[in-house]
Amino acid sequence: MEILDIIKPENQVFCKTKLMTDTTLSYCPGCGHGTAHNLTMEVIDEMGIVEDTIGVAPVGCSVLAYDFMNIDMTQAAHGRAPAVATGIARTWPEKYVFTYQGDGDLAAIGTAETIHACNRGENIVIIFINNGIYGMTGGQMAPTTLEGMHTSTSPYGRDIENMGSPLKITELIANLPGVYYVTRQSVHTHKHVRKAKKAIRNAFENTRLKKGLSFVEIVSNCNSGWKMTPNESNIWMEEHMFPYFPLGDIKVNGKLK
Amino acid sequence: MAELKLMKGNEALAEAAIRAGVDAYFGYPITPQSEVIEYLMAERPEKRTGMVVLQAESEVAAINMVYGAASTGKKVMTSSSSPGISLKQEGISYIAGAELPAVIVNVVRGGPGLGTIQPSQADYFQSVKGGGHGDYKLYVLAPASVQEMSDFVADAFDIAFKYRAPVLILSDGLIGQMMEKVVLRDQIERITDEDLIKNQGSWATTGKKDRHRNIITSLDLQSEKMEARVHRLQKKYKQMELEDLRYETIQCDDADYLIVAYGSSARISQKAVELARNKGIKLGLLRPITLFPFPKKQLFDLADQVKGILSVELNSGQMVEDVKLAVEHKVPVEHFGRTGGIIHTPEEVLEALEQKIIKHGDFRHHKTRESSIL
Ligand SMILES: Cc1ncc(C[n+]2csc(CCOP(=O)(O)OP(=O)(O)O)c2C)c(N)n1
Ligand code: SF4
Ligand SMILES: [Mg+2]
Repeated sequence: MEILDIIKPENQVFCKTKLMTDTTLSYCPGCGHGTAHNLTMEVIDEMGIVEDTIGVAPVGCSVLAYDFMNIDMTQAAHGRAPAVATGIARTWPEKYVFTYQGDGDLAAIGTAETIHACNRGENIVIIFINNGIYGMTGGQMAPTTLEGMHTSTSPYGRDIENMGSPLKITELIANLPGVYYVTRQSVHTHKHVRKAKKAIRNAFENTRLKKGLSFVEIVSNCNSGWKMTPNESNIWMEEHMFPYFPLGDIKVNGKLK
Repeated sequence: MAELKLMKGNEALAEAAIRAGVDAYFGYPITPQSEVIEYLMAERPEKRTGMVVLQAESEVAAINMVYGAASTGKKVMTSSSSPGISLKQEGISYIAGAELPAVIVNVVRGGPGLGTIQPSQADYFQSVKGGGHGDYKLYVLAPASVQEMSDFVADAFDIAFKYRAPVLILSDGLIGQMMEKVVLRDQIERITDEDLIKNQGSWATTGKKDRHRNIITSLDLQSEKMEARVHRLQKKYKQMELEDLRYETIQCDDADYLIVAYGSSARISQKAVELARNKGIKLGLLRPITLFPFPKKQLFDLADQVKGILSVELNSGQMVEDVKLAVEHKVPVEHFGRTGGIIHTPEEVLEALEQKIIKHGDFRHHKTRESSIL
């Protein structure tokens, strides 16, 4: 059988949506960022809302999200994406506004902006890529770095007494009345990709219905920062990240699970 | 209809924002400018014009809300006072870098630190020398009356959209808090979303419809591109100097001596000019209305006419550096100003002129000149 016999629409399980540009991704091979981008763009494409969608890119490995997402995007200062999205959503109440942020961006430097945008119940979607590390700057400790985990600023492992516990910001946010939907997903297997896509779709549907803030955490790997092969990083993620950051819905239709 | 009212500077500015058809205001309370957001909240601008007013969780958040709304082409502003403006610097730098139109108001109080809630002009350096990081400038308007607090809102937006650049209205606690008569301008309709997309659609992130995507960013990882961006900004600043410099001269035609002062200091100095003239001293006043662009050439020319210049500021000597640069050592230039929230009187200003310029100016001037040559 020739390869062209296999590449047919009916055989295609996943493909690049036209809302992803042809620019080569700047992400390390095996990194979850690219999949999370693709899912977000697929949802926007399938909902037919590209004309009314404005994305906000963070500072982190995904700072160049606007090079890959073929939609209107504004790049925010480190941690400020929820405030930037607030400014957009408040002046364009009919638009779909989302932020895409890493754990350092969302749960460290941008904690105040995150909590308050959530508490106000801004009608936006927050997509939160939690890889337990600062990928972009070379693998420093993040607020979500696990206990004992080695990073370049916790070279002997995260010491809870000294450095505090990994922050479960998603659980914290779920307790705020303005937040309508909170879920934690991953994108490392086909099964998880499908679930994550459903969650993102649900989040954007909430925006359509003006339900307030939807928060989709994606626990992801950073094979480079964790100094592992992509496959090793996925196994490590299942064994270490998921027990502390369990997958699943945390709040649905405004009600805690 | 234009309307005559007695108002506080801060309130006049807030009312002017509604009338200028501003789309959104984001702010955080701080003395001496909290009246701006209080007035806006009380006025229900969402009912009057559809303007959005939101109290943010911090000045950092407020300026980033401004950044977000400005990136979509909306007419958006914030106001604060010195410590809050320090917090906004990161966002202002991003707004300048991403080339967005926005208006920021600083009703200055004394510093450093928490300082005092009393009036001050100690944020001159921060305002005209950048403030945040990187190679950028702000177009800076300095109102000297409640009337100008009102008028400069629409003027500031005209400049912000002409250049797609942030504009700062640099006021102070005195102008913000005092009450004066003010003629309010007529209500301007807010622009519709359709017209906004028509006017700003070439760059604003309003949703990708019938065009390539728009991207708002201040990031250029390629050095050549980043240098091109910086050059583009510098070109705007040059054009501002050529086309949008604003200043006022008072009794300068026959002046032997000159005071340079802006904002509330200019108001006080105007009185000092009167006092001096009564004593037979031919004193004039140059009031920069824009602090950037600065009336450099006007000062350079006036320096051929006058014997000495006093820069009067409510600080320890900041604008005086720009006056000296403009004058190029032609005549003595000295600074006078009170700090800590104390406002100098016209008598003190005149006394400083007599002591520092009329009596000792030449002597000091020559001394500093010699040592600078060595
Ligand atoms: C104000 C500011 N402080 C620090 C930085 C440096 N910086 C850039 S990205 C980053 C961390 C990003 O980590 P994360 O948000 O987890 O994203 P990731 O790269 O892991 O996806 C830091 C500290 C910056 N750009 N701006
Ligand atoms: S450094 Fe980590 S987060 Fe960044 S692209 Fe590489 S694997 Fe992904
Ligand atoms: Mg990270």
